[in-house]
Amino acid sequence: MGESMEPMGASMGAMESMEANRDTILEMKDIVKVFPGVVANDGVNFSVKRGEIHGLLGENGAGKTTLMSVLYGLYKPDNGEIFFEGKRVEFNSPGDAIKAGIGMVHQHFMLVSKMTALNNILLGYRTPKDPMMDYEWARSRIEELSKMYGIEVNLDEKIINMSVGEQQRVEILKALFRDVKLLILDEPTSVLTPAETERLFKALKRMSAEGLTVIFITHKLREALEVTDRITVLRKGKDVGTLITKNTNERELARLMVGREVEVSIEKKKSAAKEVLLRLENVYAKNDRGLLALKGINLSIRRGEILGLAGVSGNGQKELEEVIVGTRKVEKGRLIFNGKDITGLGVRKRIALGISCIPEDRIETGMAPSLSVEENLILRDFPNFSKNGFMDFGQIEAHAERLIEEFGIKTPSPKVEARTLSGGNIQRLIIARELSRNPLLLIASQPTRGLDVAGIEYVRKRLVTFSEEGKAVLLISEDLEEIMQLSDRIAVIYEGEIKGVLEREEADPEKIGILMSGGELEET
Amino acid sequence: MIEAEFIASLIAASMRAGTPLLFATLGEIIAERSGVLNLGLEGVMVTGAMTGFYVSLITGNPWLGILAGGIAGLLLALIHAFFTVSLKVDQAVTGLMLVLLGLGLTGFLGRDLVGKVATYLQPLNVPFLSTVPYLSEILKHDPLVYVGIFLVPLLWFLMNKTRYGMELFAVGENPEAADTMGIHVDKIRFLAVLIGGFLAGIGGAHLSLAYAKVWTDGLTAGRGWICLALVIFSGWMPQRAIFGAYLFGGLDVLSFKLQAIGFGVSYHFMRMIPYVFTILVLLFSVIKEKEKFGAPSALGKPYIREQKF
Repeated sequence: MGESMEPMGASMGAMESMEANRDTILEMKDIVKVFPGVVANDGVNFSVKRGEIHGLLGENGAGKTTLMSVLYGLYKPDNGEIFFEGKRVEFNSPGDAIKAGIGMVHQHFMLVSKMTALNNILLGYRTPKDPMMDYEWARSRIEELSKMYGIEVNLDEKIINMSVGEQQRVEILKALFRDVKLLILDEPTSVLTPAETERLFKALKRMSAEGLTVIFITHKLREALEVTDRITVLRKGKDVGTLITKNTNERELARLMVGREVEVSIEKKKSAAKEVLLRLENVYAKNDRGLLALKGINLSIRRGEILGLAGVSGNGQKELEEVIVGTRKVEKGRLIFNGKDITGLGVRKRIALGISCIPEDRIETGMAPSLSVEENLILRDFPNFSKNGFMDFGQIEAHAERLIEEFGIKTPSPKVEARTLSGGNIQRLIIARELSRNPLLLIASQPTRGLDVAGIEYVRKRLVTFSEEGKAVLLISEDLEEIMQLSDRIAVIYEGEIKGVLEREEADPEKIGILMSGGELEET
Repeated sequence: MIEAEFIASLIAASMRAGTPLLFATLGEIIAERSGVLNLGLEGVMVTGAMTGFYVSLITGNPWLGILAGGIAGLLLALIHAFFTVSLKVDQAVTGLMLVLLGLGLTGFLGRDLVGKVATYLQPLNVPFLSTVPYLSEILKHDPLVYVGIFLVPLLWFLMNKTRYGMELFAVGENPEAADTMGIHVDKIRFLAVLIGGFLAGIGGAHLSLAYAKVWTDGLTAGRGWICLALVIFSGWMPQRAIFGAYLFGGLDVLSFKLQAIGFGVSYHFMRMIPYVFTILVLLFSVIKEKEKFGAPSALGKPYIREQKF
């Protein structure tokens, strides 16, 4: 591979030599970014070649998004230098980064939901007729880009009426429209169905073929291996290696990501079917915007099983969780728990009956961040820890110490504010609280999201043992792998309806994927 | 033809009485579209009213008075913008402070102005129109009434057809999204609040120099609050604001007019009409879905970029 430097695309046949000769488009040196209490980036070096798809791999909290936000001008680094196209750059705002030719598609889309796709794409852009909006000119340019990369959107539709996949395409077009040379995608597949993911990967490969550089942030090994040319792994704020994708494998990447060998799967015996614990009969409920989010849900959860609920987020999972917990009103239909109609019961009574929940949003609804660890551990039971109306702190502390020990919560003391714990320990705290109450039903919503591999292992094992005690788990997760691994039966939710319930043996990712995107399975 | 004359004069008076409301409402629409609520409208208007009256009194030029009213409003809005946009202080608290500041300051500084007669804005004499019956009555106004009418399509155009409007909308809906596209959120919000204050100040000055034609302590009598309701009534759209403003102007003058023709209801009850109507509007807007009325999603929320991790 010792040829002289050739202009890009001189010979498509010699991919090997081209890769070696590609010039470096981006170089980040010794980047440090400190947040109060956390070193998010600890001297990261990161270099990307022109025209490649470069994976940025790491667990949640490894500092991937922070590093890219520094590049995009959202955060000011505390130390380090950035070179883009050979020049040293300092971006004070995203505007500077865009001007230089860097675009970013954020994990949470940055779209104005009440505006059309067209206006969102044009947001902040100066068309030739500026300050007038030159829609005709913009439309023809966007259509050109759409054709070139195979990214179609309805330009006149408002974002609020679009599917998540379509919203993402708007985001990508927004960047392409500004002639970016480098496009950053932050966890782009986390909200997509398998089919949409395929479509995205095709578009990314076309971009790369056209000479565009793509940085693909992910924590999913398989996706990184499928779509990238090279992969840089971050662990705990540091870069721990850059690999050529075709020379590496899942095992090596996982080891780099976690820092040790990991066991990827968990033993789960198929449970014996027992009687139904919770039955939802034709349940309707509205979302926060007042639109119907659950449209006639029929679902039973049996003792001794883990029922997985698969689906792209935003299809009614949150509302279903809240309907069962009792924080959301049921418009129509009934909930029968342990033979009793609980439709009209309040949250407290349902807790007393044995319904527990690990909510999706741990910090917001799962705990009181500014209360201490021991107080958080009795949030649902504080009447039991008081004498004559006064809190019995001796008993509370003893209770906390027992749970900290049993569930392995890492905390300097039971008295520290719960907010100071790491994500994984916050999750352990919540699980400790919920399981120590000896519930009959546990709703676990995205229970492993954002946890490190050790934390994930721990949570999954807990769920399995809990169900094996003859109790029931409703596992709501976007992680198909997790659902497949843990569930006895898998229900798929799409636009507020249960599209199907599969036995574990008959379920495969493809079938679930079809149901997740609203398709029907052919009867066999 | 007493009825026709009565109606013609009622329409004319509604427009005049509605003009201060129109200016302040349009200004507040701009500010709120950017995401900044200025609850201090009452204080801004009354400051504009007194300043305008004072400047006209000493210079003899009502136009200088109007301009001074606008600048006074702008200065008050500057305080609001500095606290809420630059320092990210709670918008409601700062707004309420402006009300107290405006009412207190004008009450104190305006003591000597009470009972004085300043040069007020003269109605425009359109040569041809003045010979047409009724119409001449309806359209005989000071020029500021027409400026107000002209402002409506101008603002509609700017807000709906230009990049400025799109950016204003985006900043009020999703400041983070706007920020990531290189739009300067704080700059736009700052400007929007200043423009809002300027227009509210002019509205106040119109009140003292063309409508009431006197200065009394607390001259605005709650009009600032009514304008805040009018912003909701208009769904944050200039083209609807003009109807709301004239309607409330009409309710305001109706009590005088009915009294003049000997309508047998207590004057005090009649004076309540605009305020009761305001409550009804607010009730109505709560009952109706927020989506339909299009309140800016980020209204009232300060934007801080490097907050999350």
